[in-house]
Amino acid sequence: MRVAFLGATKGMGRALARLMAERGDSLCLLGRNPTDLQRSAADLSVRGAGAVVPCVPCDLEKPGMFAPAIDAARAALGGLDAVDVTAGIFATQDELEADPGLAERLVHIDFGNTVLFCEAAKKGLLAEGGGTLCVFSSVAGERGRKPVIIYGAAKAGLTRYLEGLDHKHHADGLNVVTVKPGFVKTSMTSALEPPPFAGEPDAVARQVLRAIDRGTPVVYAPSPWRLVMAVIRALPRAIMRRVGF
Amino acid sequence: MVSEDLERVSADVCLSRGLGRSYGDASLPPEDQPNVLNTRLADRILSFDETSGAFRAESGLSLTELNRLLMPRGYFTPVSPGTSIVTLGGMVAADIHGKNQHKDGNFGDHVTSMKMRVADGSVIECSPTQHPDLFRATIGGMGLTGHILEVEFNLRRIPSQWIWQESRRIRDIDEFQDALEDAATEWPYTMGWIDCLARGKSMGRGIMMTGRWAESAEAPPKPPKKGFQPSLRFDWPSWVLNGLTIRLFNELYYRKQWRRKSSGIVSNQSFTYPLDAIHSWNRMYGRRGFTQYQCVLPREAGRSSAKRVLEVLTSRGGASFLCVIKDFGREGLGVLSFPRPGITLALDIAVRDDTQALVDALNEQVLQEGGRIYLAKDSFTRREHFEAMEGQRLDEFRAIRDRWDPQRRFRSAQSVRLLGD
Ligand SMILES: Cc1cc2nc3c(=O)[nH]c(=O)nc-3n(C[C@H](O)[C@H](O)[C@H](O)COP(=O)(O)OP(=O)(O)OC[C@H]3O[C@@H](n4cnc5c(N)ncnc54)[C@H](O)[C@@H]3O)c2cc1C
Ligand SMILES: NC(=O)c1ccc[n+]([C@@H]2O[C@H](COP(=O)([O-])OP(=O)(O)OC[C@H]3O[C@@H](n4cnc5c(N)ncnc54)[C@H](OP(=O)(O)O)[C@@H]3O)[C@@H](O)[C@H]2O)c1
Repeated sequence: MRVAFLGATKGMGRALARLMAERGDSLCLLGRNPTDLQRSAADLSVRGAGAVVPCVPCDLEKPGMFAPAIDAARAALGGLDAVDVTAGIFATQDELEADPGLAERLVHIDFGNTVLFCEAAKKGLLAEGGGTLCVFSSVAGERGRKPVIIYGAAKAGLTRYLEGLDHKHHADGLNVVTVKPGFVKTSMTSALEPPPFAGEPDAVARQVLRAIDRGTPVVYAPSPWRLVMAVIRALPRAIMRRVGF
Repeated sequence: MVSEDLERVSADVCLSRGLGRSYGDASLPPEDQPNVLNTRLADRILSFDETSGAFRAESGLSLTELNRLLMPRGYFTPVSPGTSIVTLGGMVAADIHGKNQHKDGNFGDHVTSMKMRVADGSVIECSPTQHPDLFRATIGGMGLTGHILEVEFNLRRIPSQWIWQESRRIRDIDEFQDALEDAATEWPYTMGWIDCLARGKSMGRGIMMTGRWAESAEAPPKPPKKGFQPSLRFDWPSWVLNGLTIRLFNELYYRKQWRRKSSGIVSNQSFTYPLDAIHSWNRMYGRRGFTQYQCVLPREAGRSSAKRVLEVLTSRGGASFLCVIKDFGREGLGVLSFPRPGITLALDIAVRDDTQALVDALNEQVLQEGGRIYLAKDSFTRREHFEAMEGQRLDEFRAIRDRWDPQRRFRSAQSVRLLGD
């Protein structure tokens, strides 16, 4: 599989890219810090992704870079079978309320610009006759909740966008895989107290890779979160107003 | 604190820690500075040259992961401790030794270069030729010279993932030391297990294990399977491991080796990392846990020195479940590296009310023998004992710290206890 990967430097993206490298997939890394990308490329190369793992600059805050980055990845890989997006940022509701500038950035990165990036990725994949677009949204987008109002809204928008994309292009050979992680122990969440069912990046990555291979449209990871979110979605407003989660 | 980006977050932190496999307080922060940098997410391999074996990675890479990736391709670390659940940073900081110490020295002897964040905030490369004082103080320096960000060393080629192992029953402590000495000339890997409860004539009886890599022709065609991994999910009540059960275990273990000598092919995993097979094995010791005590007795102290130290242990009834004996062949490269030519004893001791007194007594004996203790295993030694054991080496370590970290930005609970800062 030839994969363009935005977000392979850290967290769940690092774990997923490593699994792909170890089974011999070809990777092209997209990201904002060229020297750091090179370090991840070296790691993935030793793990089996081939002698050279190409890197292409792409910053989620700069939409002008998206289409050229996808084109560059297609050229470097000699085609394209999948695009993975694990890039994103997180901030607590308190931080976002205290800093409107940060809130603006987060909504741009996690929603608006991720959508624009996916538009470019979709074009690239369709030009190859189809492929897989795997994007990390979040369970935070499932219900308006006090601790994740703004972040959750951005992810909710992203989830809906991905759903629509699937409806429109599935017949064209585009497999959209929407990953909804629950709490996963990465540096993104290291300042937070892990709840029950907190997951490890490696286990999530294995689950996501299976979903990519099978074309599963929606993945809750770790899987108990599917049930947890079903319950939370069913809670009446009167209760959501009272509880802290 | 945990991050992939050690360079960004290490600026104001007093200590790094890896996987916390040191037994004592070496990787714990001092009380007044509770923030430690956990390196385990900084685990990328940065370069690997298959022909020379030259390898460089971020300091949080674990030996488990390194082995998983590169053993099947025929490479292994030149020196490994008895667990693979350690990071490269921890292996350097403790200058760890393995079953091949008599032949290959410590891990630090194989390190060619390191990237470090030092006290003035700069990030520099150090090696035997670049800032050699910092390099030597960092090897075995227990994190007190700065944050190790990257480690470069040479991997070894191995012919298979299997070990040809021989184990042999040993009658007493004298025979043990002779046997280890003989085996050292012939075997790359040697160590022994002692039944610490055996007294009198059979004091120091046990089993010696020796090994070498199996040639690919002798080895089974398939790589070793990752077998069943039992896990201790709860702390055993403290009465489970008492004098009697330990005695029983040791007796059985000793008798298991019913032939005086046996040999065969075993996986490297079971030869090098016997305890890793039982996840959370330490819970056997109950909630109070246990401590390790490891010392080295110099060759000059003579054959009977090991007996004298074991006598201190047995006379106080310090129930020890595992006692490991191994000969060291040479001094380490680091200013405070633990090994020196002689014999080392590593004792697991269940923590009880009298543990401090036991460790004090052991330390006094070790001091008399001219030996020293291993910081990676220590949590009870008193400062005066440590200073008396280390003497000039400690002066040199302090002088290098004065140069690189005059304000003592790098500190640990252990440095407060043993160095007073
Ligand atoms: C079952 C078992 C068997 C063992 N067998 C052996 C053995 O045979 N031989 C042997 O020598 N040791 C042995 N050990 C001890 C172990 O190898 C050492 O304690 C090792 O340092 C642990 O590595 P770690 O990554 O867990 O480090 P930690 O325990 O987290 O830290 C150890 C020390 O290293 C420092 N450190 C860690 N990372 C960095 C960094 N990036 N920069 C600066 N300082 C750092 C810490 O500050 C601390 O002082 C054994 C331990 C266990 C539990
Ligand atoms: N962890 C969780 O519990 C959790 C839960 C639900 C959803 N998620 C979502 O899952 C995804 C992955 O999370 P994670 O925990 O693995 O995150 P992470 O460890 O913080 O990694 C985030 C990745 O995003 C990249 N990135 C951030 N900003 C970027 C930008 N402007 N341009 C390009 N790349 C950028 C980072 O690259 P750099 O190396 O350049 O920083 C990094 O590779 C995210 O979308 C997150 O919202 C996570």
